[in-house]
Amino acid sequence: MLEFMEGSHAVAEIVKRCRPQVIAAYPITPQTHIVEDLAQMVANCEIDAEYITVESEFSALSACLGASAAGSRVYSATTSQGLALMFEVCFNAAGMRQPIVMTIANRSLGAPLSIWNDQQDSISLRDSGWLQFYAQDNQETADLHMIAYKVCEDHDVLLPAFVCFDGFILSHTYEPVSLPTQEEVDAYLPAFNPYQRLDAAAPLSFGMYATPEYYTEFRYEIDQALYRAKDAFVRAGREFGEQFGRDYSALVEGYRLEDADTALVAMGSICGTAKDAVDEMRAAGRKVGLLNIRMFRPFPAQEIADALKGVSTVAVLDKNISLGSGGAVGTEVKAALYGSGISVYDYIIALGGRDVRKRDIAAVVDLAEKGEGDMFYGLRTEVL
Amino acid sequence: MTAAELIAFAAFEGGVFSQAFPAFGVERRGAPVQAFVRFSDEKIRLRSQVYEPDYIIVQDPTLIGDVDVFMGMEAGGIAIINTEKPDFDAMVPKGVKVYAIDATTIALEELGVPITNTTLMGAFAAATGEIQLEPLEHALRSRFSGSMADKNVRAAERAYNLVGGAA
Amino acid sequence: MALRIGCVAPPGRALDNKTGAWRVFKPVFDPETCSKCGMCTTVCPEGCVRETEEGTFEPDLDYCKGCGICEEVCPKKSIRMEKEEK
Repeated sequence: MLEFMEGSHAVAEIVKRCRPQVIAAYPITPQTHIVEDLAQMVANCEIDAEYITVESEFSALSACLGASAAGSRVYSATTSQGLALMFEVCFNAAGMRQPIVMTIANRSLGAPLSIWNDQQDSISLRDSGWLQFYAQDNQETADLHMIAYKVCEDHDVLLPAFVCFDGFILSHTYEPVSLPTQEEVDAYLPAFNPYQRLDAAAPLSFGMYATPEYYTEFRYEIDQALYRAKDAFVRAGREFGEQFGRDYSALVEGYRLEDADTALVAMGSICGTAKDAVDEMRAAGRKVGLLNIRMFRPFPAQEIADALKGVSTVAVLDKNISLGSGGAVGTEVKAALYGSGISVYDYIIALGGRDVRKRDIAAVVDLAEKGEGDMFYGLRTEVL
Repeated sequence: MTAAELIAFAAFEGGVFSQAFPAFGVERRGAPVQAFVRFSDEKIRLRSQVYEPDYIIVQDPTLIGDVDVFMGMEAGGIAIINTEKPDFDAMVPKGVKVYAIDATTIALEELGVPITNTTLMGAFAAATGEIQLEPLEHALRSRFSGSMADKNVRAAERAYNLVGGAA
Repeated sequence: MALRIGCVAPPGRALDNKTGAWRVFKPVFDPETCSKCGMCTTVCPEGCVRETEEGTFEPDLDYCKGCGICEEVCPKKSIRMEKEEK
């Protein structure tokens, strides 16, 4: 049943139904409403969880890491500078193979200080070993949390995940969302079954020291686990579709790509606006489609190459900038399509909360079809 | 933002898809803010701000003159403006119908506080016909409880009838 | 040895690494002159100086690296570093 609610509230409600045993988070705009709601739910005994109040994001994720190692299902949420402060713990959580699920209400990184949305924060952690899911709308945001726990806790995977949704654009938007009941969530997501855990009776140390003889092999195994997460996602997504009727069995989602000459590639809420823009361009007789990257880590290179077979031009919308190199998504899409003969152009767009309209999407398609790209889109040269 | 959320919620209760979001930023009560609402028979995918509104609601009359509140409006649009003086000085685009209502006074009389969200919601419902009284009341009763719900429903209905008489 | 997921290990694995083999000089403790102050066990970086039943101290030569800090701090000069025959 559809209910009308704020995106952050939908996240809190679905997290509640995933039955986390430990929650540790530090409030930061625009993630705040999520953790306020969860703190209230814990205080009202609606969730049987320990809510650990901490003095920083570093401590929040450290508490989650310890609690996860002790065998609890754990949850956190953050954004931007908060995620930056977690940097070290992020790498440790992945290396110690702890299936932590953390919501990222995507926001830009300072300086200059900005509280508005882009995807620089989670993109900057792309090498950390965390899975990264990007939601298009608040329904997907809620659904991906359930799927994330299932994938992360799979003993073939055992890795943490970011569920990313655009700060403000989704987190503060009220729209209809269908939330499954507690019974339905329980049927989909069984209780956490830790692979190994801290136990005073049989002590273990996690994330030990590895000499040069072993370090490479440990990193290889984490990398392999990420690749196995693709299959785990397909399985969990298909199962979700069977139970709830919304299918997530593909790492990428094509929209009107059949017979398309030009394809847009994007992640997150910008895909909604892009779909409306594609419909308008199609109505005007232009063969344009969209590829939505639902899972950025592991990177679905083969799936992207397969989905874009047949197009001649690709325009990647990058809501991040790997300073000194270009957009992170564009760079990886180019690598995925290397040797295909497809022209791939990258556009840095929507940084720090700049609004994107349908006409901006159409303008990007025009640029790509003219062979102009690898640029900041909509740069206000008059202020430079 | 509360007005936008309530209007979108009432529209959803009335059977359409809707979306409400603020012009993102720091929200403090009393500070100038914008919020946006969309209605559609289909699921709404568009995420950009609203640049060509069919309807506008101006909650604070002191903004008129400082800000072009009618920006992007075309003929056939409807504006609901909270003001004591119906002859306010503003550039109303051709073909835009303006409903002036003293929502602050109604809110003070019904609620005891100058918070005009629910009053203007009633005015919006009557002026545009986008929301019926029943889902509007349902939305208010889900958001508020007890005597607060009654007071807000009364404020909305008063504005609804006032504007409905004029429409 | 197969890797364990998460680089996990039971504690106490450092005991397998008998660092005593690194030593050139070994400490020789003289319980006759020892004042039982315990400075040697406090400063030992390996934590391998143990208290005996009499309250004096002795090194665990399986792990003692021969650094000589215990000799340096002993107020009674009752620890002496001696070149070890190998």
